[in-house]
Amino acid sequence: MNTLTFAAPRLFKQWLAILALTLGLSGLATAQQAPDEFMQQLTNELLDMVRKDPALKAGDLQKIGAVLDTKLKPYINFQRMTAAAVGPAWRQATPEQQKRLQEEFKLLLMRSYSGALSQVKDNSSIVVKPLRQGTNDNEMVVRSEIRGGAEPIPIDYRLEKTADSDSGWRIYNFNILGIWLVDNYRTQFSQEINAKGIDGLIATLSERNKTNNRK
Amino acid sequence: MSLSRRLMCVLAMLALLAQAACATNKPTNPQDPFETTNRRISDFNDKVDENVLRPVAVGYKNNVPEFVQKGVNNFFGNLRDIWSTLNNGLQAKPMETAETGLRVAVNSVFGIYGLFDVATMVGIQRHTADFGQTLGYWGVSPGPYVVLPLLGPSTVRDTAGFAVDNRYDLWRTEVDSVGLRYGGSALRLVDKRAGFVGMDKSMNEVALDKYAFMRDAYLQRRKAATQRKSGNQDSDGDDGDDGIRNDQ
Repeated sequence: MNTLTFAAPRLFKQWLAILALTLGLSGLATAQQAPDEFMQQLTNELLDMVRKDPALKAGDLQKIGAVLDTKLKPYINFQRMTAAAVGPAWRQATPEQQKRLQEEFKLLLMRSYSGALSQVKDNSSIVVKPLRQGTNDNEMVVRSEIRGGAEPIPIDYRLEKTADSDSGWRIYNFNILGIWLVDNYRTQFSQEINAKGIDGLIATLSERNKTNNRK
Repeated sequence: MSLSRRLMCVLAMLALLAQAACATNKPTNPQDPFETTNRRISDFNDKVDENVLRPVAVGYKNNVPEFVQKGVNNFFGNLRDIWSTLNNGLQAKPMETAETGLRVAVNSVFGIYGLFDVATMVGIQRHTADFGQTLGYWGVSPGPYVVLPLLGPSTVRDTAGFAVDNRYDLWRTEVDSVGLRYGGSALRLVDKRAGFVGMDKSMNEVALDKYAFMRDAYLQRRKAATQRKSGNQDSDGDDGDDGIRNDQ
């Protein structure tokens, strides 16, 4: 009798623990961060890293690029961005060409984002503006601003819902200073492809990335 | 020169450009039929910028005390806000007109003639609007892209708008002393250019074709600015074409 009364509460506690764990896990699985919260968290982390490291603060683009590689890259859908920028020619490209295009374009994009981040000063803050309800629940535009410099630098993101990333959202277009980068590159890419073909575009991108890395 | 004469001059210049452009290859952007001539003017502008304007702006940025730079920026920003308030009113945008108007009031009084940007400190946003934007808002289509000598990217509509902006530019109309007027205008230009030092280097690195980048950036931003409804701050971007997804 005595052992039973002692065992029962323990068993009960164990059941409670298992119940709580299952509930908690399922909560994690279904809970998706709101896109603006996600971006605020992500950009704050980035900003913190840039502020704490003197090399990053000095605007060392190589180092900023390395930070972006680890922190930001997992949350970006580069394939979608590259396909959108390359346009109809994407379908005619071989998988090898597509892979190279993606790699080179990724380097170029990170360079532009680094450029914006390198303007960060000590008193800079990234303010994410309140989310506006979009027409489509699976794609959202998140607007933010880097404040603290002479003029606030607006940076907007287009995010898509995805099962791939652990936050549930991935970026597929950037807007820096009012310019949607994927759209802007579309014209330049089609110019290159018309003049030199897909391999020509890969070569130009690769050349540019090499030059940038040398600086 | 009166407004109509100025407009005639601009239109005459554009007609000449059109003639020159007719003898060229097929353009890559339908909104840029004068591309060859535009590229030439753009190259010229780049040279002037590289050799004159940018060095002055960099010198200004590095040597003038920051609070002075801020004061200059705020002062001319305030003047611009006055024009923006008027244009927001012309576009019948109550929120933007009220907010920008409040900025002017607050900055002119508490900010001592606009030298201090008190309004931004308390969170009153600015909504910049010029006459070209007003024309666009009411349905005037932009017309072909043109690069103006020294003034940079524009469109036919925005050039006409700029002529109006210029005609009513407070600094030029209200300041009597010629020296102060030209000095101030030059300072305003340098201040504006100094704002882009840093970002321009970044642009050179990431743009494959600087001309195309600037053109598309300009046209994109103008389109967004002229189509923006009152209260709406979204820069949604043209997401149309990216149905080219690699379904994997």
